[in-house]
Amino acid sequence: MYDLIVVGGGPAGLAAAYAARQNGAKKIIILERDKELGGILNQCIHNGFGLHRFKEELTGPEYAGRFEKMLESTDVEVSLDTMVLSITPRREVHCVSAEDGYRILEAKAIVLAMGCRERTRGAISIPGTRPAGVFTAGAAQRYVNMEGYMVGKRVVILGSGDIGLIMARRMTLEGAKVLACVEVMPYSGGLNRNIVQCLHDYDIPLYLSHTITDIKGDRRVEQVTVAKVDENRKPIKGSEMIFDCDTILLSVGLIPENELTRGAGIEIDRRTNGAVVYENMETSMDGVFACGNVVHVHDLVDFVSAESERAGAAAAKYALGGEAAGEAIDVKNGDGVSYTVPQKIRIDNVEKACEIFFRVRKIYKDSKIVVKSGETQLASFKREHLAPGEMEHITLPKVLLDKASGEIVVSVEE
Amino acid sequence: MKELICIVCPKGCHLKVDVDKDFAVTGNGCARGVEYAKAELTHPTRVVTSSVCVEGALHRRCPVKTNGAIPKEKIADAMKTLDGVCLKAPVALGAVVVENVCGTGVDFVSTRELEVV
Repeated sequence: MYDLIVVGGGPAGLAAAYAARQNGAKKIIILERDKELGGILNQCIHNGFGLHRFKEELTGPEYAGRFEKMLESTDVEVSLDTMVLSITPRREVHCVSAEDGYRILEAKAIVLAMGCRERTRGAISIPGTRPAGVFTAGAAQRYVNMEGYMVGKRVVILGSGDIGLIMARRMTLEGAKVLACVEVMPYSGGLNRNIVQCLHDYDIPLYLSHTITDIKGDRRVEQVTVAKVDENRKPIKGSEMIFDCDTILLSVGLIPENELTRGAGIEIDRRTNGAVVYENMETSMDGVFACGNVVHVHDLVDFVSAESERAGAAAAKYALGGEAAGEAIDVKNGDGVSYTVPQKIRIDNVEKACEIFFRVRKIYKDSKIVVKSGETQLASFKREHLAPGEMEHITLPKVLLDKASGEIVVSVEE
Repeated sequence: MKELICIVCPKGCHLKVDVDKDFAVTGNGCARGVEYAKAELTHPTRVVTSSVCVEGALHRRCPVKTNGAIPKEKIADAMKTLDGVCLKAPVALGAVVVENVCGTGVDFVSTRELEVV
């Protein structure tokens, strides 16, 4: 019987396992399906990671390396090349690997840290033919950065998420011509700094309120049609531009990978596509915790680590017999807010303060984030700049939470 | 008055820089924004990350970075110094891959360990 089984050895799993060990859990195992730990960080060879966590600017592999070294100094077990097949309500984890065959491992607590995967062409239904040369940006990133294959010469990028922006620069540095980055929304989905250092630095045009309306090509992509869209995101006739290209990279969003979570019967939030979690990252199933991109898609790995450390610490507490108790209040999203994490708070279980993470629906200048319970305003936070591409968070001290009854609502006021 | 987006950290502050008043900066969240604004408008620099060929390791590429920022106009030439470089596993974290890139005094170094497989 393990104190803790961590499913996934990416940044979330690494931080959760380490924090659980620091908080007294003894027998811990990480189950990872890849041949090494580190997850997506291994292919994110650009820098910009770790400014919060380590107070210096690291590349993805360096950031992962730091956590791997921390773990090596502990007795946490790691089982690589191991696929988890299912998780039961009795906290049995069914997994399979070439080395150990089929195993059923039992645990007092489980941390779900499976991360997310990319939305594909199918998920957004682009018209046109079905030639080779259409990649998700992350798949292309792995080919170029780890496996040593260049994926194309003339590239159009659909979507302005961070991975797409990073790949615009990466493809350019490796000698490709990136013709355009096309974003259907009137604002970018990526961080401002990435617009500057990945697009502006290399004179790559960003077409906001535009989308790909056609892909042409027999064996390989030959041409794409890009059109302007109206406020309802419908293409405007007559605004078409044609690009001759051989490659399309899709950076059109990430989906938390929750097959195991759903299979276990854990409650999922339709807004995040991740598990509904309490203040300590516990899911609707006792003793099962979740953290990182499997709960909600983060912008920064530093925040994934911080969230996962909380989940790991809470899982250790649970494994050592400290079940969280108390009535839960719901956290609801009000005007301008698209989701919150956590979705439920057990106020008795909050020590000093509870952090709430959320995203806004559009760009706001000089606005306020307002937290209410019924008619009572619990708190208000000023913000100069809010954008959907940037995850926001507020910290609610316990003294304020104690004034809440029933539910609290987080909204943006202009 | 010049407007810039700070790229020092992911916050991406919207900076306003008065070039005539010795690069006086407003809109910055921290002191690094002041430094960035002046550098960006006088001699912009970047850290460059890429990858090189490696043999005998789990992967075919080893990630590298410049261990300091280099002038922006030297990025293309810096990338060329990586062509044809092929490492052999094991590779240590921070191992120098190309010394003194384009005379900048900055090296390309490996950003991960790669064991022999």
